[in-house]
Amino acid sequence: MTLVLNTVEEALENVKDPEIDSVSIIDLGMVEHVEVEEGKAYVALLPTFMGCPALEIIEKNVKNELLTIEGVQSVEVKFIYSPPWTSDRITPQGRERLKDFGIAPPPTQMEATGEWHVDCPYCGSTYTTMDNIFGPTACRSILYCKSCKNPFEAMKPVSTM
Amino acid sequence: MMKTPEDVRAQGHEEALRELLLQLADDDFIVAYRGSEWLGLAPHIEEDVAFSSISQDTMGHATMYYQLLEDLGLGLANDLAHARKSDERRNAILLEEVNGPGHYLEEPRYDWAFAVVRHYFYTQAKKIRIDSLQASSYEPLSHVAIKVNTELYYHLMHWKTWFKQLVMIPGESKERMLSAVSRAMEDVDGILSLGPHEKKMAEAGFIEGEELLKKRWLHEIGAMLDECGIQVPLEPLMKRGNGRALEHTEDLTDAIDTLSAVYRQDPAAIW
Repeated sequence: MTLVLNTVEEALENVKDPEIDSVSIIDLGMVEHVEVEEGKAYVALLPTFMGCPALEIIEKNVKNELLTIEGVQSVEVKFIYSPPWTSDRITPQGRERLKDFGIAPPPTQMEATGEWHVDCPYCGSTYTTMDNIFGPTACRSILYCKSCKNPFEAMKPVSTM
Repeated sequence: MMKTPEDVRAQGHEEALRELLLQLADDDFIVAYRGSEWLGLAPHIEEDVAFSSISQDTMGHATMYYQLLEDLGLGLANDLAHARKSDERRNAILLEEVNGPGHYLEEPRYDWAFAVVRHYFYTQAKKIRIDSLQASSYEPLSHVAIKVNTELYYHLMHWKTWFKQLVMIPGESKERMLSAVSRAMEDVDGILSLGPHEKKMAEAGFIEGEELLKKRWLHEIGAMLDECGIQVPLEPLMKRGNGRALEHTEDLTDAIDTLSAVYRQDPAAIW
């Protein structure tokens, strides 16, 4: 049974964010709990942003992925709100893979005032400006690098402060 | 602490919880809909991106509350959102009001000053409620509140920025903002109201009492107006009635007709 559990956990690495296909749901820190009992897999996921339309696609992809595993007959996926997803759940590997996609990872530290800063994912320059805290998807912001003159996106920091 | 719907029923608080969840869900649902009607019409492209993102988040919040109602056995979340008539809704009247004359498909003459004031007033009230709900005696609701709060931070910052900037530019901008403030003040009490079941909600520990929450709202809005050097009477009214007590206007009926059109064609469709 432990073997199946390991396989299930590994398989979740294949479930990518439908909108950022270089990162998996493991990289994003969305997987909170995995269980396998008598052929039934149960996966508890933390939604990043609730209004995100990718959630249903992720649910479907988790089911499809796990059902290919021998020893798994059924899959239940549940979105839970506790603990809340926060951007510090993104793994170090996830942060690198976001950069590969041209998205700056969320800042690890925020000022007491709530201010934050990200460097350009292309040239690494710190000389960047915020264009729009809200971006093309709920979890991203739009920035501009004054150094290499590229617009870029960054994952919005999300915390429980 | 009540952890499950059964705990709530055992303690006899089901009605109070239902009413509170319907208010929270219906408020977010209709204000997100009104926000989405601005798509393509906001003052500039970055605002179009931001406002639609905020509306999408807000619709997500409504979804969570409808889900909690579904867990209480009150029907499917999708049906609760789309199938209920206007006389079954608990949202505040100020939130159902049209964005302005015209229609988004034809000659929209929407009022940006009113949009900024309405969304700022509402988001501030929502922040105060969410802060209280994070300590709710119904555990699933407190979890949802903690989740909403992570996203709400950006919404409130957004509307505060717009409010401050527009209300401090002399001339047409300031005049239109002040007139929107007076207009919103006539119905904003409907947002601050917890309706006829308020006492029971507070007794059950689901949320703090209405008076306390209202005091906090007045304090926050008062501080903002002071900071902007604006003097207007802070007297929230409910001139057109209390949506919590199922009083509504034609605007809500029209909105529901429009937003439920696709749902009515195929209620089983997946969104």
